[in-house]
Amino acid sequence: MSTFVLLTVTGVGLGALYFLIASGLSLIYGLMGVLNFAHGAFLTVGAYAMWFTESKLGGIAVLPRFLLGALAGLVVGGVFAALVELVLIRPLYRRHIEQVLVTVGLALATTALVISIWGNDARPVPAPAWLGETTTLLGAHIPNDRWLLIVTAVVVLAGLNAFLRRTRYGLIIRAGVENRAMVTALGIDVRRAFTLVFAIGGVAAALAGVLSNVYFSTVDPSRGTSLLIFAFIVVVIGGLGSLRGTAGAALVVGLVQQYANYYASSGLGDLSVVLLLGLVLLVRPRGLSASFA
Amino acid sequence: MSPRGGTGQEAEMPPPERRALLTVSDLHVHLGESHILQGIDFDVAEGGVTALLGRNGVGKTTTLRALMGLVDRRGGIRYGDADIASTPTHRIVRRGVGYVPEDRDVFAGLTVEENLRLAERDPEPRYSLVYDLFPELKQRAKQLAGTLSGGQQQMVAIARALLNDNRLLLVDEPTKGLAPLLVAEVARVLERVAELATVLLVEQNLGVVQRVARDAVVLDTGRVVHVGPAQELLADTAMVHRMLGVGAAA
Repeated sequence: MSTFVLLTVTGVGLGALYFLIASGLSLIYGLMGVLNFAHGAFLTVGAYAMWFTESKLGGIAVLPRFLLGALAGLVVGGVFAALVELVLIRPLYRRHIEQVLVTVGLALATTALVISIWGNDARPVPAPAWLGETTTLLGAHIPNDRWLLIVTAVVVLAGLNAFLRRTRYGLIIRAGVENRAMVTALGIDVRRAFTLVFAIGGVAAALAGVLSNVYFSTVDPSRGTSLLIFAFIVVVIGGLGSLRGTAGAALVVGLVQQYANYYASSGLGDLSVVLLLGLVLLVRPRGLSASFA
Repeated sequence: MSPRGGTGQEAEMPPPERRALLTVSDLHVHLGESHILQGIDFDVAEGGVTALLGRNGVGKTTTLRALMGLVDRRGGIRYGDADIASTPTHRIVRRGVGYVPEDRDVFAGLTVEENLRLAERDPEPRYSLVYDLFPELKQRAKQLAGTLSGGQQQMVAIARALLNDNRLLLVDEPTKGLAPLLVAEVARVLERVAELATVLLVEQNLGVVQRVARDAVVLDTGRVVHVGPAQELLADTAMVHRMLGVGAAA
């Protein structure tokens, strides 16, 4: 029982991480039709910005150092993503193949750049001691960082929902996912919404980078790429452009991965997720939820 | 359009007493391999309704989309004092051009109220006018636009264009697929709209054209084949039959 609880909470925590990456991917694809292979680079940049900031703030207490590092990670991730949209994606508007190529190239270049500056090895990232301790739930000792992952993802989901429902830009984004051309035909410069969606996606991915630093206690150059694969699977299963579908799919993928790794055999988790993807594509090719948020 | 009759393909100068709000010259559009618009010329005089007519597939919708900048186009489009042939869509709209597309294109996942709010551009959107014309939209404010009937969606689409003080409205087949009673309703609305703005109207229902249009431009396979007063054209049964086909003689 306690093992099952631990697996479940960890699976939900992992799902939370996937959701943070996949939400931006899903919004970007839904609004712009861009498959952003550079999304993992946003995560990596955010994660390294956090580690770098923390490493420069040696003299202060762990908690403010951690928080400042996290903040730096989010800011750098968001700014980087917005710049990518403005400089690389915008000039290739409506040229989807070229957009895919440029994002793939950027993903490779970012990883290579990080390796050339800070090397291939994982670097330890200091975090408050509480995150490394455990809380007992139904007899299971659950590492506290899982709670942080879950709570953060829930807050981000609620925040994104409120943003999409209550603000003018949210309205523009929801309408743009349905029919981008008609939004411009109402006199709205939809390209501003593009930049905004990239920035939001970049911050969410950087947040995933910061939290993955906590979860793994280290940062390494391949983190973004390896997590991005699962995020893409989540987005496809959830239905492109649907935030709620993305959240549900992230949960399912995280849990399936954990259960399969423990109950079947170690390493089977990744395979089972790919099998799940195949199954969904066969049964519901447009994803579990075809409508938007 | 010039009130002079004529079948020439050249752009005709408007008479001095009625200024052209929109002047289209040698406008070309290619979609994929097809040369949809092959150099069209016409004017839309300020005020009233100019009907853009022709059989199915001759390029009427493409003409409106080209004027809106929604498809790649080449040639001259003079609107007021400006050339808008290479202006992006949202800037054209901000110059006071409203668009009511074919098939309405309302946002199905947004409520009626959200659809209208999205269209707000002026500091004081004309909700009183819109709700006066379409009281039903007020009652259905919270309903998702995707669950409305075709006629109600058409009301939303027209309301979006009327919410702002537009100078020119491009209206694409507003009566398409509507029941006869609703067609009469739309015609009534168009008459009202024509008092507020200049309208370029694509319409297959010749009864509606007869009722609201002053000028007519006829397209055939990507070219202008006739310009002149709408009543003159519609009175000439042989010409209507030749230019608009049997199916269009409603």
